[in-house]
Amino acid sequence: MSHTTFLGSGREEQQAMLAGIGARGFDELFADVPVEYQTADFNVPEGRSELEMLQTLRALAAKNSTLTNFCGGGFYDHFIPSAVDALTSRGEFFTAYTPYQPEASQGTLQSIYEFQTAIARLTDMEAANASLYDGGTALFEGLMMALRITGRNKVLVDEGVNPIYRTMLRCYTRNLSIAYEEIPLADGLADRATFRQKLDKSIAAVLVQNPNFFGCLDDLTDLVEAAHGVGALAVFSVYPMSLGIVKTPGVMGADVVTGEGQSLGLPLSFGGPYLGFMATRKAHVRKMPGRIVGATHDAQGRRGFVLTLQAREQHIRREKAMSNICTNESLCALRATIYLALMGKQGFVEAARQCAVRAAYAYERLHNIPGVHPAFPGRYFFNEFALALSRDAAEVVSALIDQGIAAGFPVGRYYAGMQNVLLVACTEQRTKAEVDILAAKLENTL
Amino acid sequence: MQLIYEKSVAGRRAVQLPTRRDDAQPRINRQLLRAQAAELPELSELDVVRHYTALSRRNFSVDTHFYPLGSCTMKYNPKACETAAALPGLAGLHPLWPQLRHGGLLTQGALQLLYETERLLVEICGMAEFTLQPLAGAHGELTGCMIMAAYHRDRGNKKTHILIPDSAHGTNPASAAIAGYDVCTVPSDAQGNMHLDALRKAVNAETAGLMLTCPSTLGLFVDHLKEIAEIIHGVDGLMYYDGANLNAILGRVKPGKIGFDLCQLNLHKSFSTPHGGGGPGSGPVGVVEKLRPFLPVSRIVKRSDGTFSLNYDEPRSIGYIAPFYGNFGIIIRAYAYLLMLGREGLRETSDAAVLNANYLQEKLRPWLKAVAPGRCMHECVFSGEPLKAHGVHTLDLAKALIDRGIHPPTIYFPLNVSEAFMVEPTESESRETLDGFARSVSEVLELAKRDPDALHHAPVTTPVGRLDEVAAAKNMDLVFKSVP
Repeated sequence: MSHTTFLGSGREEQQAMLAGIGARGFDELFADVPVEYQTADFNVPEGRSELEMLQTLRALAAKNSTLTNFCGGGFYDHFIPSAVDALTSRGEFFTAYTPYQPEASQGTLQSIYEFQTAIARLTDMEAANASLYDGGTALFEGLMMALRITGRNKVLVDEGVNPIYRTMLRCYTRNLSIAYEEIPLADGLADRATFRQKLDKSIAAVLVQNPNFFGCLDDLTDLVEAAHGVGALAVFSVYPMSLGIVKTPGVMGADVVTGEGQSLGLPLSFGGPYLGFMATRKAHVRKMPGRIVGATHDAQGRRGFVLTLQAREQHIRREKAMSNICTNESLCALRATIYLALMGKQGFVEAARQCAVRAAYAYERLHNIPGVHPAFPGRYFFNEFALALSRDAAEVVSALIDQGIAAGFPVGRYYAGMQNVLLVACTEQRTKAEVDILAAKLENTL
Repeated sequence: MQLIYEKSVAGRRAVQLPTRRDDAQPRINRQLLRAQAAELPELSELDVVRHYTALSRRNFSVDTHFYPLGSCTMKYNPKACETAAALPGLAGLHPLWPQLRHGGLLTQGALQLLYETERLLVEICGMAEFTLQPLAGAHGELTGCMIMAAYHRDRGNKKTHILIPDSAHGTNPASAAIAGYDVCTVPSDAQGNMHLDALRKAVNAETAGLMLTCPSTLGLFVDHLKEIAEIIHGVDGLMYYDGANLNAILGRVKPGKIGFDLCQLNLHKSFSTPHGGGGPGSGPVGVVEKLRPFLPVSRIVKRSDGTFSLNYDEPRSIGYIAPFYGNFGIIIRAYAYLLMLGREGLRETSDAAVLNANYLQEKLRPWLKAVAPGRCMHECVFSGEPLKAHGVHTLDLAKALIDRGIHPPTIYFPLNVSEAFMVEPTESESRETLDGFARSVSEVLELAKRDPDALHHAPVTTPVGRLDEVAAAKNMDLVFKSVP
C-alpha cells in the first residue's frame, strides 16, 4: 500500500515528474549513492493512521501517574492562561524558522524584541538575547562569557546552584582549560568567608543562584561587590517567577543573569522543551552568545527588527564564535512573552505573591509537625523551602506517593549527609486544602 | 506596528487569579523584596490576542507560504503531532518524578515513549544506541564531539584536532571548539567533495575525527566515503555524521552501516517537528557499539519484566548534557510522526524529496547556474553569479521572491559557492507549487534584464522594506525603553 499522506504529489504525478526530467525511476535519482550502501531492510512498524497513532499515544499517556505535586527543584507547575496556547499554536509562528529574511519575519522578530525587553525588565538588566536551550546551558554560556570578558579561566560556583546545573557545568568544562571550584553553603546561604578567601585576581566569575536550590533567598550585593573588587564578574541563575516580588539581580549588581524560563507559561513536559534566557549589561553585549534582535528602520523610516551583531555567531565566526548555538528556543520565548503580556504588571506580581503566600502557609503547617524541623531555621524563601525530617526523606516521599501526593524532592541524592531533607514547593495552583492534606498525611507517615 | 509595551494602558487586566484570603504572610523580609513591579504591559485579553495575531500575520511560514530554505528541511508539520504532544498525561509530567523513590514507575508511559523512539532511530540510522538528550542539532554536534573526547581519553589517545570540510555548517567547527579541539579545515572541490590528497595531508596521529555532512551542503552524495573512512579509522579517528541532510537518504542508507561511528539528527528537519521560528529543536545522537559507554546519562533501560527505568551508573559517560531526557515535547512529535510514516513512508519520503529537488533543478537550470552537472539529492544549489551581468545579486532575487509570496531559499551558503542560492523543496510540496516557484524565479530574472532597479527595491509588499542592518548593529537598540 502506498502511504502518501505526507507527500505533496500522488504516485501518478510523481511518474510524470520523473518522466519530465528524463529519469526512468527513483533508483536512477540515487545513482550517486553506491549500491552497496543502499538497503531496504528497516525493522520499523508499518505506518498507522492518525486515529491509531493517537490511540497509541493516549495509551502511553495513561501509563503516567497524576499526583498532587509539591515537587519543584527548579521546575514548577504554574498556571498557564489559555490564550498562550491559542496564540503560539498559530502556524504562522510555529512553522516558521529562524528569521533570516527580516521582511518576511517581522512577526517573529518583533516578538523576540518584546521578549528581550521583558527579560531585561524582569531582571533589571540592560540587554538580553533571543533565548538559549535551558537554564543549565544558559548558566554554562554565562560562565564562558565571563571567561571571554575577563581573559581569566577560574570560576567559583556556589553549592546553592541547582545540582543538576552543576553536574552539567562539570560535564561542559571537562575538555576546556577551566579551573572549576564549588563552594559549600554556610547555613543555607553562600559562604561569604570562603568566597572572600578564594577571590583573587585569577578568578573570572562567581556563579550563584537566587533563590538557591534550597529555596533560600539572599541579598548577594556584598558578594557581587567582593567579586568586582578583584575584577571578577557575578553570574546569576534566577527563577523568573520569583522576580515578581523578589529583589532583582540587576539591583544586586549582577553582570550576567541567566535562568530557566519554564515558569513563564511553559508546561513541565517531562523536562523540555524549556527556555534558557540571558541578560547582561550593555557593555558586555558583544561578548554575549546566541541570537540577538535589534530595532532599526527601512529606507522609508519605518521601524523594523533584524537579527543583529551576527559577527559573534557560528555561521560567520565558525570555531572562533562566542557559542555553537544556532537553533534556540524561539517558540518557548514567544510563549513566555505572551504569558507575561497576559499576566501583566499587576497579575504577575499577584501570581508571584500567591506562590509565596501558599508556601509560607505550607511551611507553617509542616514545620510544626512532630519530627519535622526547618533545615535552615530563620531563612527567608520565595515558594520553596527545605525541611529536616526525623527519617529518610526519600522513604517518606515514596510512602506519600502511594497516597496520591508528590510531597517534595528528597535532596539526599545530590547533597551528602542530607538524606533526611525534603524540599517542598508550592505554586499558585496549590490550594490550602491540598496543603492541609499533605500536612495530615506527612504527620501520619512520620 | 506598535510594540505590546506601547499599547499598555494603566489598569487593564487580561488574567484574573483566584481571590483568596491570605492564610499566611510571605516569609520574605523587606530587604529581599523588589522595590517596584517590573514594567510589564497592562492590557485586556483581547488586546493581547489581537496584538499577537497581527504579529503572526507578519510572518512567512510553511503553513502559509512555500518555504524552500535549503539545509533546513522545511517540511509540513502534521497537526496530529501537536495533539499528541499536548496530551495532559505527557505535557504535565514533572521531570524529577522518576527520581522520587518508586519514581520510574510514575512515568512508565513517558519512559516507554523515549525508549521506543530511541529504538526507531537506532534502526533507521543503523547505530547501536541513541541518546535523545541533545536539545538542538548544534547541541548534538557538541555531544558527539564530547563523546569523541571521552573515547580518546579512555584509550589514552592524544588527539588535538577535528577535521571539517570547508562546505560544512558553521556549527561544526564551533561545536568542536567547545569540546576542546582545534579545527582543521579540509578544502573541497566545486562538487563539494574533499580532495583525498588534501585529506591525507591533513590527517595525522592527533586527528580525533572527521565531521561530515552527507549529502554535503551542496546537495550531493559525498564521493570516496569508503576511502575517507579508512583514512580516518587508520589513525583511530572517528567518523561523525552530521544528519542535517538525512532527509535525502531516509529509508535507503543507514549512516551506521557505511563507516560512520556517530551521527546526530535534527528532529525538526527530517522528522517533521515544527521549527518554531528558531526552535525548540532536538538533536539526538547515535553511536556504534564501541562508543556506547560514553553516552550522556541518564540512559533508559528496559527491564526483563517489561518496565522501564533510568540508569545513571555509567562511569565512563560524558555526564549531563541536558538537565533531563531531552526536549520531550519535541520527541513526542517525532515519535508520532514516525508511527504514522511507518516503514514504507521512510523511503517514500526521501524518494519524493529527491524527486522534487531534481524536478526544480531541471526547471531552474536554464535560468541559474546549477552546481550539479547531473542529478542532485534533496536540495539543488545554484550560483547567482550570472545575475551580476544585469547588476543584480542573489540577494535581490531572494527579496523579489518575497513579493511573489515565496520565502526565499537559503542564500550565500554554502560558502564555497559564489552567490549561492540553495533550494530544498522537501517531499511535502506539490508539483503546482514547484512549477509556480520556477515561474516566479524566471519572471524575476526576466525583470532583472529589463529593470534591475525593480529588484533592488524589493520587497515592496511586506510591512517593511529592506532594513538597515548596519544601523541596527551600531545603535544596539535591543530592548524597548519607554518614553516618559
